[in-house]
Amino acid sequence: MKNNRIILDQTQLELAIQRLCYQLIENHNDFSNSVIIGLQPRGVILAKRIHSELLKITSNSSIPLGSLDTTFFRDDFRRRDSPIIANKTQIDFIIENKKVILIDDVLYTGRTIRAGLDAMLAYGRPDLVELLVLVDRRYGRHLPIEPNYIGTTIDSISSERVEAKWLETDGVDEIILKENTK
Amino acid sequence: MEKLSTRHLLGIKELSKADIELIFSTADNFKEVINRPIKKVPSLRDITIANLFFENSTRTKLSFELAEKRLSADVINFSATASSVTKGETLIDTVNNILAMKVDMVVMRHPNPGAHAFLSKHVDATIINAGDGAHEHPTQALLDAFSMRHALGDLAGKKVVIVGDVLHSRVALSNIHCLQKLGAKVMVCGPPTLLPKYIASLGVEVSYKLDEALEWCDVAMMLRIQLERQGGDENSGVKFFPSLREYHNLYGLTMSRLNKLKKVPIILHPGPINRGVEISSEVADSKHSVILNQVENGVAVRMAVLYLLASGSN
Repeated sequence: MKNNRIILDQTQLELAIQRLCYQLIENHNDFSNSVIIGLQPRGVILAKRIHSELLKITSNSSIPLGSLDTTFFRDDFRRRDSPIIANKTQIDFIIENKKVILIDDVLYTGRTIRAGLDAMLAYGRPDLVELLVLVDRRYGRHLPIEPNYIGTTIDSISSERVEAKWLETDGVDEIILKENTK
Repeated sequence: MEKLSTRHLLGIKELSKADIELIFSTADNFKEVINRPIKKVPSLRDITIANLFFENSTRTKLSFELAEKRLSADVINFSATASSVTKGETLIDTVNNILAMKVDMVVMRHPNPGAHAFLSKHVDATIINAGDGAHEHPTQALLDAFSMRHALGDLAGKKVVIVGDVLHSRVALSNIHCLQKLGAKVMVCGPPTLLPKYIASLGVEVSYKLDEALEWCDVAMMLRIQLERQGGDENSGVKFFPSLREYHNLYGLTMSRLNKLKKVPIILHPGPINRGVEISSEVADSKHSVILNQVENGVAVRMAVLYLLASGSN
């Protein structure tokens, strides 16, 4: 545990979310043609935070928010010992011709985002897709995927793991870098 | 990480409660998938599945095939009547020949109880039982319990009566195992000739009076009178009871029977329905019936079973 390093504490996290919201507003104006989709499981919490912050800041009171599970679209199926257990997908709107803001907590290899892009297409052909991540782990990408909005960027080695803790699920808001013990 | 405790689905008897819960939670996700505008996911795109039906089937075969295709698996179909089985080929030879074409999973219906257990010991593929004689029909029991759970919530302590031709039914035995593992109380009801002699040893209650059973239960599962297995003479077609009309009068579920109850149970039927025999059309099409939900849930549950078993077959 002594090797854990806090990347973002509660205040820094709040500031990062605020900044990301204002960056989104610069590109999406009043969000009249934009939708937000959080990737299950951990991206959904961040998506909810950003969504509620945007509702406070903008005049738009109905920005569509959905959660997307990528399990059945992953490329590592049958390459693990156990099946990956799915989470709930809830998208009550069609993304045809919409600007989609895809949200996840940590971007590393890019494989989850690749699966998310595939999974998303079941709900229509979007006009544009952007990616927002809280933590961008550089130099770890397996695929040509880059985020449009970044909370913070870190350089880490593969034996390390970034863990986002949320008040809603873990009782504390912080992003930490851990030495992987496995 | 959670995974099934078994490599094959031979029967409900071999599953644990945790297995059943895992199948249900996965099926919940697939139910959402099959209600999307695009109903297909790529999970099983590198898997080939053979559907071997040595006995007739409509909905189970369609349901499995649809589940496989929704998961992007490659599917080959085989029915015994149009195959070399009629030339005397043995089961192991037939299946090994199919497996030589690089098939990963086998979904099989066979008239002989235990055919799947036998096969699972002799061939190297994941075997899923889609019905073996009067023994088990595990995916049907899973989709029945899944449908009950959607209508009633947790099944612990709920009362389910299985009515009719229990003697010839593989659905009944699988359902008894499944419901008991989930903590439900089970009763079987029917004419004594259609209830197996030692059925009570499974821990189920036995009743010969439909009205009493209906009064007791939260769920009534009406079984099909399996006319093709009754073995009666040409005139009546039945030998376990005097006539279909008498059976309907004593054990048929009608609206007038339901109207007498304080609390109307939800009605299930595994299909195909003999309308006017075990259930009247009026009841089968009423709001109490979840028969069509069963069919929809069947695809989701089978997708869950295929997904969970395929991920362990690497």
